[in-house]
Amino acid sequence: MPFVDAQAVVNEEYDAIVVGSGAGGGQMAYTLSMNGARVLMLEAGRKYEPSEAAMFQTPEQAPLRGSGTADKPFGFYDATVDGGWQVPGEPYIRVSEQHGARFDWWRARMLGGRTNHWARISLRNGPYDFKPRERDGLGFDWPISYEELAPYYDKVEMLIGVYGANDGLENTPNSPAGCLLPPPKPIVSDLLLQKHARNLGITPTACHRAVLTQALDWKRIPALLHPGNVTAQRIIARDMQRRVPCFWATPCGQGCAIRANYQSTTVHLPPALETGKLDIVTDAMVAEVELAKSGRAAGVRFIDRLSGKSLGAKARVVVLAASAFETVRILLNSTSSRFPQGLANSSGKLGKYLMDTVGSDLAGQIPALESLPPHNEEGASGGHMYVPWWGYQAQKGGKLAFPRGYHIEFTGGRRMPQFDTLAEMEWLTGGSYGPQLKEDARRYYGSMLYFAGRGEMIPNEHSFCEIDPRVKDKWGIPVLRFHWQWSEHETRQAAHMQQTFAEIIESMGGRLRQPPELDGTKAIAPGGSIIHEVGGALMGASPVASVLNKWCQAWDVSNLFVADGASFPSNADKNPTLTIMANAWRIADHVLERMRRKEL
Amino acid sequence: MDRRSTIKWMLAAAAVMPLARGAVPRSTQAQPYGTDPNLQITYHPGDLWPLTFSAAHRQLARILCDAIIPADATSPGAADVGVVDFIDEWISAPYPVQRADRALVLNGFAWLESQATRRFSKAYADLAPNQVRNICDDICYLPQARPEFRTAAAFFARYRDLTTGGFYTTPQGRADLRYVGNTPLPRFDGPPPDVLRQVGLI
Repeated sequence: MPFVDAQAVVNEEYDAIVVGSGAGGGQMAYTLSMNGARVLMLEAGRKYEPSEAAMFQTPEQAPLRGSGTADKPFGFYDATVDGGWQVPGEPYIRVSEQHGARFDWWRARMLGGRTNHWARISLRNGPYDFKPRERDGLGFDWPISYEELAPYYDKVEMLIGVYGANDGLENTPNSPAGCLLPPPKPIVSDLLLQKHARNLGITPTACHRAVLTQALDWKRIPALLHPGNVTAQRIIARDMQRRVPCFWATPCGQGCAIRANYQSTTVHLPPALETGKLDIVTDAMVAEVELAKSGRAAGVRFIDRLSGKSLGAKARVVVLAASAFETVRILLNSTSSRFPQGLANSSGKLGKYLMDTVGSDLAGQIPALESLPPHNEEGASGGHMYVPWWGYQAQKGGKLAFPRGYHIEFTGGRRMPQFDTLAEMEWLTGGSYGPQLKEDARRYYGSMLYFAGRGEMIPNEHSFCEIDPRVKDKWGIPVLRFHWQWSEHETRQAAHMQQTFAEIIESMGGRLRQPPELDGTKAIAPGGSIIHEVGGALMGASPVASVLNKWCQAWDVSNLFVADGASFPSNADKNPTLTIMANAWRIADHVLERMRRKEL
Repeated sequence: MDRRSTIKWMLAAAAVMPLARGAVPRSTQAQPYGTDPNLQITYHPGDLWPLTFSAAHRQLARILCDAIIPADATSPGAADVGVVDFIDEWISAPYPVQRADRALVLNGFAWLESQATRRFSKAYADLAPNQVRNICDDICYLPQARPEFRTAAAFFARYRDLTTGGFYTTPQGRADLRYVGNTPLPRFDGPPPDVLRQVGLI
């Protein structure tokens, strides 16, 4: 009985409760159940099946030609349901509405969470990224090294399927042979960019994305993932054969019914359910972790959204993976006489050091790409190439005004026209209409290149959340109040992105849609808009300065763990999802080992 | 929709939330489609919320759509592939961006009627093609519009985007651009030689 009613779990005793079903929760449930632990997963949103995906639907079949609205922010056909920067009935408070001080909180209330719509960019943190303070004296070091996480990166890459190449670039780790799938062929704008960018000292290379460019090697990989565990090997070998490689059509963000790309719902949950060890309750909104008299976590209290009832579930271990700030919210709301300021908060650091990714973008038009012969450029839907950060030595040498790096994602090609594909073309056309507009559209379609920087934010004292003393959501659960501030480390980086993008576009003989915005406070995207929320319950080496130890175990509560991005002491430019998964697998192995030793 | 568009949308929505334009009545019956709509059915304008255009509006909208995207040897005009219906759906929708466009479009229509009367003593629907263009030429490029035409030029810019957005998302519009895709392939080969040659990469 994998999907169960809320009422059915009340009298059960599980080995572990996993709160959340996204990258962290999915990986945790997978690893625990494949190794025989009985797991209860609680997901706040509804059940979601990848077969629901509207893969081939075209814009004219949708309301408003599929444009984004408050109900479906990434477009009508985006896989996210019941999610966005606002969720009805579940408010949060922004202390400031000002650009640069506002934080917008994305949530996805559905099985699989935001893994159903993410960009699938799967980059490893490099060795520097675990010890940033050692390098420049800012922020916090991780209590683990790259070498400690590397075996788990290997496993996750082999499990989910990641395409990419090994280029040996600084702080951009190679994967061991047999981990990565071959990258898709570059599209013409990638090749043109590659040719010109070399002159600027930057190196476009194969992007790493969680999309199957070929079938997974189901004969070789299972034994590497689960040595000595024949049952797990058999289950995952079978499931790998059920996943179909990419057929080079349809946007990943609309979901993937053929399971060619990674979503928790396409990769983690099917084999985990097949073990028979995983029960999932959806529409289960966790309000708090309940404490036993012993000082250990007894379980959680959750609201069954279907009946509105408040129910309890019990387990030996509680793992929070509700998304970084939702995890923080649950802990802050778990108050008791022993923890009046929130559970596991004896350090007073819970809710502190919230991070997102620095984002800024610029568009250009490339005459060389005008009026190309028609050909299919959809490929793996997302980027085939990207530019890893190239300025480590310049920063070390004090030649840049900001300490941390960014990578560049770029999008070009003759993609399926969307509502805004040919909007606001006046800067190219001088306001044409009539027959000339049709000619202009044919000429410029496919000649645009969009650049987006994704950079590291250094945690600061001014970006934090707390429980609002007045406002509750519709389930009666107190809500978060967000404080946000970028520092010059981020705004200078955003200005540098603008400058760089302008140089690249001009080097390609292109035209800038608008001048680069060299005021970084204006160039930087609002906090929360890149949806790389991490931090708030940092892991560290000391119980005084951090919430979690190196195993992401609460310093204060021995059977309480965090498996999402809340534990991140820094937010490298590398998109966090792959690291969340690798870290969750590492934590799960530790939990299993402690369970075997009867320590949990 | 990529993140660039989405962030733009998010900021645009935030900017127009406190909608201050008063003259145009809101559609009170329109309900949003919610956060979990059925993705598997085909929607038509009017399915989700009542439409707005009167017969006179539709006539004007049709003329303007075809002035912006006329039929030619390659493809039909915008009005013939349902773009008027789409714009009606758009301005009738219960979302902030569309509500702002509703005011812009209906006020723009009223301005066009007044210009038709003032310049040619005719209803807009009775204008000759060169008379339609006479008005369009004054408002088709906002950066160079004369001060008295700036508001109308802002309307025209948006109406042109609604028209291109409506047209190039139809099968006929995609064919006009010679878009190829949304169809499974056994493998992805990258750009063919004629493309590489044209760009100068081989």
